[in-house]
Parts: sequence; structure tokens; C-alpha cells
Amino acid sequence: MINERNLPILATLLVFILLYGFGMYEYKGFRDTLVFSNLLTDNAFLIVTAIGMTFVILSGGIDLSVGSMIAFIGVLMAYLITNTGMHPLFAIGIALIVGVAFGAIMGVIIAFFEIQAFIVTLAGMFLFRGLAYLINLDAVPINHPFIYGLYDIYVPLPGRGGLTFIAMAMLVLLVLGILIARRTRFGMNVYALGGDSHSAALLGVPVKKTTIKIYALSGFYSAMSGVVFAIYTGSAYPLAAVGVELDAIAAVVIGGTLLTGGVGYVFGTFLGGMIQGIIQTLITFDGSLNSWWTKLAVGGLLLFFILLQKGIVVWVKKRSAA
Amino acid sequence: MKNNNFLHKHQKTLAPLLSLVLIILVTASITPGFLSIQMVDGHLFGSLLDILHRATPTALVALGMAVVIGTRGIDLSVGAVIAISGAVTAVLTVNTDFPVWLVILCALGTGVVCGLWNGILVSVFNIQPIVATLILMVAGRGIAQMITEGQIVTFHSDVLDAIGNGYFLAFPIRVWIAIGMIVLTVLVMRKTALGLFIEAVGANVRASRLVGIEARLLVLSAYVFSGFCAAVSGIILAADIRGADANNAGLWLELDAILAVVLAGASLAGGRIYLLLTIVGVLIIQTLTTAILTSGLPAQYNLVVKATIILAVLLIQSPKTRQWVSAVFQKNNKGSAKS
Repeated sequence: MINERNLPILATLLVFILLYGFGMYEYKGFRDTLVFSNLLTDNAFLIVTAIGMTFVILSGGIDLSVGSMIAFIGVLMAYLITNTGMHPLFAIGIALIVGVAFGAIMGVIIAFFEIQAFIVTLAGMFLFRGLAYLINLDAVPINHPFIYGLYDIYVPLPGRGGLTFIAMAMLVLLVLGILIARRTRFGMNVYALGGDSHSAALLGVPVKKTTIKIYALSGFYSAMSGVVFAIYTGSAYPLAAVGVELDAIAAVVIGGTLLTGGVGYVFGTFLGGMIQGIIQTLITFDGSLNSWWTKLAVGGLLLFFILLQKGIVVWVKKRSAA
Repeated sequence: MKNNNFLHKHQKTLAPLLSLVLIILVTASITPGFLSIQMVDGHLFGSLLDILHRATPTALVALGMAVVIGTRGIDLSVGAVIAISGAVTAVLTVNTDFPVWLVILCALGTGVVCGLWNGILVSVFNIQPIVATLILMVAGRGIAQMITEGQIVTFHSDVLDAIGNGYFLAFPIRVWIAIGMIVLTVLVMRKTALGLFIEAVGANVRASRLVGIEARLLVLSAYVFSGFCAAVSGIILAADIRGADANNAGLWLELDAILAVVLAGASLAGGRIYLLLTIVGVLIIQTLTTAILTSGLPAQYNLVVKATIILAVLLIQSPKTRQWVSAVFQKNNKGSAKS
């Protein structure tokens, strides 16, 4: 008997297989590993952001600041590398520390002042975008031999595809996310908070500390995503990644995580991000469809998964009541 | 004790008003001529009027948002609804022979349908408001792009021009439209039981059901109203630039609207809203934006200043802060009583 809690992620897996299978059946080019490795590279920054968002949503919160954080971190990194001549590794290190610190500050405000995460991260969204503008108003290229060196790291796969540095970085961060969620006390606390924060507190979960850590972790992942995005595009732009917070939330929900918190898997989020990528690729392959179909398809899938989750919750309640 | 409560309530009402006056005074001291109003070609002209003119679309959206927040909800889709209704206005004006009133009616109808969609998801399917309206927020701009076929559709219509930039009795017509809708809404909410019901539903759904309030229908109509307000705003914005831009029309407007409602002292947990103070909140935001632009400070400071102010207001409004402050006061009082 399948556990009803696993139904959403199984549905996600099914949608993933159906979409990919449809692509392979319809287009010959889709069967090459190149498509798969491109999906990994092109959606790396979205998936990395969504992994951090998974923890936030699992705990019953939301983080709307991630898109702005990506832009801010990218611009900050570019500034440190080109204007101060800092080595990219140091610049990345500083950028990550800044990201974690800003995430933690939002967490402190949410935990100690008991203000809704939604409105605090909304303010964060304004703030980070504004800070990005303050550093730089234009798109700037990031020229550094070290960054070029990263493009040379490449593991060829059978067929024409291969893993880029960005794709590998994303996979490492994915594994890290899965381990944090499943193998650490912090991960257990996140699930407990999302399930029922009141009973979690009674059971001795440090609610405030965990909340701060969750938003710091989301800050880390979105800052990491900013780094990945900057390497991917080889440039930084204060208007980058507008609206990515929504795509990330969509990836988490399509990945089967319950928006009310407590139930879900980091791996599901990976699938959710890939599904969005597949939809985009299918639309590109078709050629006759316009880009706005992506938005409609993602919106439709979002609705489908929300209703599916709703149905499961109602069904479980009825069964346990009977 | 009773007296204390009364003062407390008034403090809340006064805070946004005083902030607005303060911001206007500070700006006026920095920017010469900020307060001056002139008569040019039979209509009023000046920075303060410019603020009213620019604040109109946000004010309309905030009006609907306030009602939705009163039911313990939130409407993230208003920006997308603005884009959709703007697209409908532009495409119908360009591609059909519809008279203007029919075009406007269709655009308003689109907004109502969008609101109905959100409302059904929230009240019938019981989906969290953030999530339910997120769907339209994601898909809505896609729908708008579909209507305009990915183009920025420009149009010409005398009536729409007047709505966007015309004047009546020395005031911009769009400001009159906003005033009319605000007055109507305030009358309906304060002079009928509807306002009370909406706040009751926001405060406690179960309790309000026990006293016989049809919560579902009320929540549904709140979202319909928000969709309608967004559509009016969308028509004005499209009329203003004489075109529909599916990607950028109404972008970030939902945030300004939510911010205005919160600035007005409404609780996002539902149960109490202040419509007129929300409009004051909108004016605060618009005055700040204009002040930053006219003060010579680079425009890029706009977002940072806005965010800092939101955070400050949130922290001050937080019940926790109030608890801490009153704890400190009580200690001081005890101390002085002893000495």
C-alpha cells in the first residue's frame, strides 16, 4: 500500500516521465543526452533557489526575497571582482556570507517580532533589489581567467551531452540539501515546525532558532544561486531574476511539497524545477508555440498539484475520521 | 483604563496621517516649490497634484486589497489582472468597432472574472489565498501576452485619453474616478452591515458562521471586488500610455498596495481594515517616491528607502515591540511610584 503522503511526489515523477517520454516520442533530438544535460545547466540556478525555498515552505513559511537576492549577489560579486580586483573565490565567499547574514536577519525579524514571513521577505525583496541598483545600474561582464577556467570543467556523457561545472555544482547542492533535510536534527525540526509549530514547541523544538536557521539557509541557497547565475551568464545585472521567487515556489509545489508545511522532499523540488525546464524545451522544440505558453502551462500544473494535494488531505482526514 | 484605550486607538489613526504630513513638510523644506499649486489652462498643476495623479492606480488596487486583507486573505494577482484588462482594452479598441463604453465594460468584466476565479479557489476549494492568487499571478501575464499576441498594442480613443490624462473641474478625471470609488466603498462598508461582516469573517470564520454569516459568499465577493478594482486601474494605466504592455503593466503594484494597507495599520491576520487610512498609506508611498525623485537623490535609492521604511513600520507595529515597550514603561512607573 502506498503511503498517501508519498502520492504527490509520485505524481510529480509521473508527470516528469510523461513529459520527457512525450518529448522523446515526438522529437528525435530529445533522445540525445544533450537535452538532459542542457536541462541540468539551464535550470541550475532555479533549482538551487528552489532547494532553499523547500526548507522554508516545509516549515510553513515563504521567502519572496530570493529573486532579488540572486541579482544583488551577482552585482556584488561582479563589483568585488572587477572594481577591487579581488580573486573570484574570495568574492564568492564574501557574497555567500552576505547572503546568509541577510537571510538570518530576516529570520530574526520573523522569529522574534512575530511578523509574517510573507511581509518581511517582501520588504527584503525591495531592499535587495534596491541594494543591487545602488552598486550598479547596468549589466556588467565578469571577466576573469578563473571564471573562464570554470567553463572548461566538463564531464562528457555518452551521446553529445555532458555535465558542466554549473550542473555539477547544482547536483552537489541538491545532495547537500537532501542530507540536511533527512539526516540532521535541524532537518527533522523543520518538518516538525511545518507539521504543527505549537506541538513542535511543546516537544522541545527550538522554534526561534530553527526559524532563523531556515531563512539563513534559504539566504545561502539563493546567494549560491546568484553565484551560479553570474557564472552561467558571465555577467551581472541588477534587473536579473525578476519573478524567480514565483518559479521557485512553483517548483517546490509541483515537486509535491505541501504548501501548508510538514510534508515534502527536496528531491521532488529538483523534479519540479526540471519539469518547468522540460515544458520550456518542449515549447522551443515545437516552434509554433510562443513563450507565454510556458507561463500558462506552469500555472496549470501548479493548479493541478494544489488541487491534488487538497484532495489527498481531505481524503486522509475522511479516512481517519471513519 | 477606558480612557487609555481610547487614546491608544487614536494614536493608531493619527500615526499614518502624521507620517504623511511629516513627509510632505520634510520634502517641502528640501524641494522649493513643492507645495505650490498653480492654475494652468484651466486645471490645477503642481507636485502635490502630480502625486494624486500618479497615486490613482495604486489607490484603486489598494482599495480592493484592503477588503481582501480584511477577510484574512491576500491578492497577489492584481498586477496580472491589470495587464489582462489593459490588454483587453487595447485589443478591443484596435480590432473591433465596439463603442468605448462596451470596451470598458468588457475590460471590467474580465477583471470580475479574474476575481471570481481567485474567489472560487479560496472560498470553495479552501486553498490558501497566497497560493490561490499565485496561480493567476504566474499565468496572468501569459494570458495578457496571448491577448496582445506578444505585442505592445497601441491605440487611440478620445474617451480613453480623457480617462488617462483628462481634467474635469480642474482635477484629473482619473482622480475623480478614484474618489468616487473610494467614497462608494467606504459608504457600503461603514453604513451597511457588509463591512462588519467582512471584518467578522477575517477575525474568526467559525464564529461568524455560528452567528449566521455566509462566509463563503463574502470572501468570494471580496476577491471579485479586488479584481474589479484592478481592472479599473488597468484601464486607467492603459489609457495613460495609450497602449497595453503585457509584461510591465502593473508590475510590482501588488506590493505597493499591500504595503499601503499595512502602513494603514491593518493586520495581515485579518479582522480589521481602515479604508481611508489605506489611501493615506498610498499617498505616503507616492509622496516618498516623488520626494526621492525631486530631491535630486538618484532614483535607485527609491527601493532601499521604501524597504527601510516598511521594515521600520513593521517593527514598530509588531505586537512584540508593543509588549516590550509597555514592559519597560511599567518598570519605570513602578520605579517612580516607589521613589
